[in-house]
Amino acid sequence: MAEKDYFAEHRGQFQWEDGDYTVTRTTVWSGPGCHDGCGVLYYTKDGKLEKVEGDPDCAYNQGTLCMRCLEMPEVVNNPRRPSKPLKRAGERGEDKWDEITWDEAYDIIEAKVREIWRDYAPESIACMIGTGRANCWQIPYMCYSAFGSPNFCLGFLSGESCFQPRSAAMASMSGDFFIADCSQQFESRYDEENTEWRCPELIINWGCNAVESNSDNFYGGWIVDCMQRGSKMITVDPSLTWLASRSEIWLRLRPGTDGALAMAMLNVMIKEDIYDHDFVEKWCYGFDELAERVKEWTPARAAEICWVDEADIVAAARMYAGAKNAAMQWGLPIDQAVMGIPTAQALNALWALTGNIDNPGGNIVIRNAFDQNVSYNYGYNNLPAEVQAKRIGAEYPLMSKAGFSSTAHSDSILQAIETGKPYPIRMLWLTSTNPIANMASDAPRVYRALKTLDFVVVNDLFLTPTAVAFADLFLPAAMSPERDMQRVWWVPLRGMKKVCQYGECKSDDTIVTEIGKRLHPENFPWNNDQEWTDNILRTETPGYDGGYHELVERDIWVYPGFQYYKHEKGLLRADGQPGFSTPSGRIELWNTVFSLWGYDPLPDWAEPSNSPYSSPELYEKYPFVLTTGARHIEFFHSEHRQPELTSRELYPDPCFEMSPKSAADLDIKEGDWCWLENHRGRCRQKLRINPTLDDRVVRADHGWWFPEKDAAEPSLYGVFDSNINNLLPQCENGVTGYGAPYKNQLCKVYKCTEENSKEMPSICVSTKDGYSKAMDESNGDVKVGAIYNG
Amino acid sequence: MANALLIDYEYCTGCHACEVSCKKEKNLARGQWGIKILTDGPRELPDDKWEFNNIPMPTSLCDLCAERLESGKDPSCVHNCPANCMQFGTVEEMSKEVAKKGNRVIFVPVV
Repeated sequence: MAEKDYFAEHRGQFQWEDGDYTVTRTTVWSGPGCHDGCGVLYYTKDGKLEKVEGDPDCAYNQGTLCMRCLEMPEVVNNPRRPSKPLKRAGERGEDKWDEITWDEAYDIIEAKVREIWRDYAPESIACMIGTGRANCWQIPYMCYSAFGSPNFCLGFLSGESCFQPRSAAMASMSGDFFIADCSQQFESRYDEENTEWRCPELIINWGCNAVESNSDNFYGGWIVDCMQRGSKMITVDPSLTWLASRSEIWLRLRPGTDGALAMAMLNVMIKEDIYDHDFVEKWCYGFDELAERVKEWTPARAAEICWVDEADIVAAARMYAGAKNAAMQWGLPIDQAVMGIPTAQALNALWALTGNIDNPGGNIVIRNAFDQNVSYNYGYNNLPAEVQAKRIGAEYPLMSKAGFSSTAHSDSILQAIETGKPYPIRMLWLTSTNPIANMASDAPRVYRALKTLDFVVVNDLFLTPTAVAFADLFLPAAMSPERDMQRVWWVPLRGMKKVCQYGECKSDDTIVTEIGKRLHPENFPWNNDQEWTDNILRTETPGYDGGYHELVERDIWVYPGFQYYKHEKGLLRADGQPGFSTPSGRIELWNTVFSLWGYDPLPDWAEPSNSPYSSPELYEKYPFVLTTGARHIEFFHSEHRQPELTSRELYPDPCFEMSPKSAADLDIKEGDWCWLENHRGRCRQKLRINPTLDDRVVRADHGWWFPEKDAAEPSLYGVFDSNINNLLPQCENGVTGYGAPYKNQLCKVYKCTEENSKEMPSICVSTKDGYSKAMDESNGDVKVGAIYNG
Repeated sequence: MANALLIDYEYCTGCHACEVSCKKEKNLARGQWGIKILTDGPRELPDDKWEFNNIPMPTSLCDLCAERLESGKDPSCVHNCPANCMQFGTVEEMSKEVAKKGNRVIFVPVV
């Protein structure tokens, strides 16, 4: 090796010169990119971002970096990026715009908001964002504290089914949040000498391909780091992920049956008496009721439901119960089922029954660094109680009243737009969310609904199909290296330093502050992003001793202290007593709060509504179980589709997967464009043969649009052509309002021909009102098959 | 003494970070790569297990980041690899290292 060590020479510096470059040590937060927040070194030249690499000093990613941040200059400097606010010139969907100044844009917004206030009420304005973005407190704050509306949520994410069901289940059952312990809470990583961390003997990847998704502030590389230190693995996934290929046991379950599998593992642990008696007796509530409930969930029954070998279920339960310490990293399939909440309860019960609760290398109780809780409810208390009570979806207490990442209910907002009940929604603000390409599970239905609104603002990185279809105003958003801000999700507390500027793009913080000052100046006492960051650090981050400059230039990231076994030490409850922050002080296997609200207090599972067993007549017509939305490292949801990007070079087309046998039976080959279709609609994707799939399962991509295609309707960047959300329902949720069946539908597959491709889905949806449309009065959902008949 | 790249292909997840970091470091055009991931599998083995391996293979455009080495940095692929499955050193050092466990390979792109 060279004797010089560049990175050691610059250790501790936040900025330095390197030839023509200025190098800045900071952190990132989406967009572009994911939910992590890795330490990076930005190389800028003449105010332009030229290169990004992992910061070896940052404990979070330890110098490494995934391809999405490595290609960030391609996104930041992309020629397709709008650089000025745009005002719609033609009709919605025509892609005709006038460039305007920010002041003109604010004038329009202010006038429209005051009009809605006058003609309707503040709550007739709804604000939505994409998942886990940097704007997860700015836009809620604007919604509550500038517009005066309680209606903030994610962009038509049906059943709020991305982490929120899991977090609500954890919080209501155990009073806190749990994460798999890969030592990420310690600045000194993987350090068994100086910390109490111990490498998990076993890691269970449950519906989470972390090395591709890097989801929920969990960097997938940490699992590989633990594997290199001896962790064994179990993987639960319909497809053989790379992690599954390295696992002792791979449980190839039928999509949508996670809950059944978990119930059977609980059954085995209790029946074979291999659970952690000591932990259960001391710290759990409702064990007997749980034992009674899971009695009928024999591994034989689950094997039949899940399409998994009975012996593997038993072996997995034994291995989990037998491990000294085991961490479970779980993923989106838990949320994306109508039974999402009860499934999350079952998985929480597995951690509890194995005693893997806040132990080294288990599932640890984690709170945001320095107790900073600036998130979806930031500014909510600025709303009068009578306005809070009007939050759409208020009838779902777990979602809207309990404070567990609470938001309005997206599906109910859709229905309010459609029906005017309980009151009209007339204005929509969308920041960094592209619902018709991504979150909206019934994209054609959301398309039709949004066309009826009085006023739509889209604030995003690029002109998206959503922006072209609906926006009256488009506001260009600054990207991660163009923002001064701070971010906490668990740990560490991170600072972000602005290193470049693109056109007239503005950060979410700036836009929200400038609008807020016009509408409710008393709620916006800061004058710029640095001052707002300062305010959050000094008033909402107890225990941190600095402001913006200290964080960004002195600390960059800060790890608070961490203790294991907090329940034993009286560190979890407000009263300082040992135990968990629940009514019983224990982990509630039988959930007291659920019982009070009239929900089933115990975990459970039921068939998805469209499945081989619950809808055999549909299964006969649509003989594959369809799962959607598996992550690819090249993309973050509908981002990274610009054709100039290395992401598109590596992954050019939307793909679906099926087994070699099923493909042969249908006489289709690798790379064939095929139609995926069911009673709701159809879309086309390219076949990728996956030899590891069950012959009865199809996996399809989500999030596709084609920035290289026509923006104007009927094309809308081809957003409906390959959109798997032409086949999914909206407004089919669990009793708590949480959960939606994104990952458990049915479909058929056939090859695209010239004959059967005459009417592309984009044309069908945007010119003919096509696909599922008529409302079923009995359940408020779209009437199945009413319009689309193939 | 020539330098070498050690890959532990037991742990390469195929995440493309090496490919993209190299492309950016070398400012390579679309379609060009200084290192490329080769994948074998997934293929079912007789014992019910699966063969599924990735190996990042340096191309003729790889000079092991001579310019970075000059300034005291490690090669960009090694630096950024999220799986920490790549090491860099002299052929002598890597020859010792490679024997410490199985499923490893050494590349010597240039001598």
